[in-house]
Amino acid sequence: MTANAQPAPKSEVMIELVGVNKWYDKFHVLKDINLEVRKGERIVVCGPSGSGKSTMIRCINRLEEHQKGQIVVDGIELTNDLRNIETIRKEVGMVFQHFNLFPHLTVLENCVLAPMWVRKTPRKEAEQTAMMYLEKVKIPDQAKKYPGQLSGGQQQRVAIARSLCMNPRIMLFDEPTSALDPEMIKEVLDTMISLAESGMTMMCVTHEMGFAKTVADKVIFMDRGQIVESNPPHEFFNNPQNERTQLFLSQILNH
Amino acid sequence: MAHNFVPLPDQPPPPASVGTVAWIRANLFSGWVNSVLTVLAVYVLVTALPPLINWMFISADWVGTGREACDSGGACWVFVANRIDIFIYGFYPNDQIWRVDAIFIGLFLLTAPLFFKSFKYKVWLGGFIIFIYPIIGFILMRGGMFGLSGVETAKWGGFTLTLLLAGVGCIAALPLGVVLALGRQAGNMPIVKSMCVLFIEFWRGVPLITVLFMSSVMLPLFLPEGVNFDKLLRALIGITLFQSAYMAEVIRGGLQAIPKGQYEAADALGLGYWRKYGLIILPQALKIVIPGIVNTFIALFKDTTLVIIVGLLELLGMVKASLGDPAWPDVSREGYVFAAFMFWICCFSMSRYSQWLERKLHTGHKR
Repeated sequence: MTANAQPAPKSEVMIELVGVNKWYDKFHVLKDINLEVRKGERIVVCGPSGSGKSTMIRCINRLEEHQKGQIVVDGIELTNDLRNIETIRKEVGMVFQHFNLFPHLTVLENCVLAPMWVRKTPRKEAEQTAMMYLEKVKIPDQAKKYPGQLSGGQQQRVAIARSLCMNPRIMLFDEPTSALDPEMIKEVLDTMISLAESGMTMMCVTHEMGFAKTVADKVIFMDRGQIVESNPPHEFFNNPQNERTQLFLSQILNH
Repeated sequence: MAHNFVPLPDQPPPPASVGTVAWIRANLFSGWVNSVLTVLAVYVLVTALPPLINWMFISADWVGTGREACDSGGACWVFVANRIDIFIYGFYPNDQIWRVDAIFIGLFLLTAPLFFKSFKYKVWLGGFIIFIYPIIGFILMRGGMFGLSGVETAKWGGFTLTLLLAGVGCIAALPLGVVLALGRQAGNMPIVKSMCVLFIEFWRGVPLITVLFMSSVMLPLFLPEGVNFDKLLRALIGITLFQSAYMAEVIRGGLQAIPKGQYEAADALGLGYWRKYGLIILPQALKIVIPGIVNTFIALFKDTTLVIIVGLLELLGMVKASLGDPAWPDVSREGYVFAAFMFWICCFSMSRYSQWLERKLHTGHKR
């Protein structure tokens, strides 16, 4: 599989971060983040732990609040206005490191819950959509089971299907394979690759450099709350500009 | 050359590790401490049980009309049999007792479908039982309309009153407790939060007996002249507020046990505050604290006996009052055993129900 064609230069901006700053108490986690993600673009964010990459991605659907700067998602600016936040969350799907499926609901119920309650989709239709996505992630036969009865890889694929059921325009992934056994990482990555090929706008925090090489349009490297380097994968891996990036790459690629 | 994998055939376990003898050895005589305790326990049972069974059943008197019928030296159940109407219905007029029966039979019939998996309208029926049925029940009990003769609450008593106090207390305290627990969790609304904390800490800080006493003796002093509301209602409000504070803390424990990821996943799907709590957080939190909730219910059920302080006679109060009857000397043991038995049946049923509910709601997820 190879990276698809570059998105057309004039395609619309889906996510825009301008001078975003965030503090945890006095600790400065995000420092002047500027970023633009266009429709259909696939961004991979990497960096050492504590570099603020998760915090940044979680600011985009307001799981974390930024204190300075501007975040515009799908044309709507994130402010304290609850209606804006909920509108954005409808359009932005998120997949977590620890899956966060709802353990008291079956796989199918997990998938139809938000479409039925937030989008007011009738149950029949929501279930059809859910089954379609469960087939896409290759586990339609588990629909009646509870999350606790599935393996980690299966749970993460359900989590992806659950997000897709809302028909989001953007998908965020926060270290989706970090909590999985090595054997299960591939099945989740395959799902993500096929999602990328369908043209979804994706932003993914991950350490899977193979995934970055295969599907990313742009790889962003972060350290200490700053974006250190942002380049297409070919450039990023073969010709890293910054010393810090070179050190990081030498550490994760040579072992 | 590749070998085929041939599993070894299963073999029976050694005889010393299975069967009755092995069980007895492992559980009753595994060491000298255990053996001594076993022997001691058997001795206590052998000495205590036969006289008790003899008193309660073998040499007990069951039928008769007065104290004279009890001459065989055992328990005088004739007393309980003669007073059963008063114990169950209090001073409710004899010819109107069918109304109380109708309420309980109706409740029983309405609740039954909830236990069948295939029944589809559980939510509606449950809502009806919790919100509408108490009103119907009250009208039927109180009367004074629809051609029913009025029965003032002062005449309500006995086991009926016990169930009424406990039932209303539980049903009203649970939703109030949920609201208080959510309020106490609301970090972004400091005023709501501190009001909830204040409420909970106040009601948890005072004994129920004080609450009842205040509601009945002190409250009228603060009310303007002529304003007077029902003694039973005042006790009910007191019990409900008191109980909701405990319930709130039990539920808060459940809320804290829910991983942060569940809140985040619900947020990320755009569910919003009420749907997040109603569909995701509370169903899980309440399931976790079923033992705590039932514990509170059981405690409340037994605490209803305290209403005797404000002159309401529930089951135990009725039994106590009957013991003063000069026609029935020396039957206090029988009266108290009967009251204890009734309480135990109810509390034990609640406990079993909660265990059944826990098993039913278990979805095999690990934490």
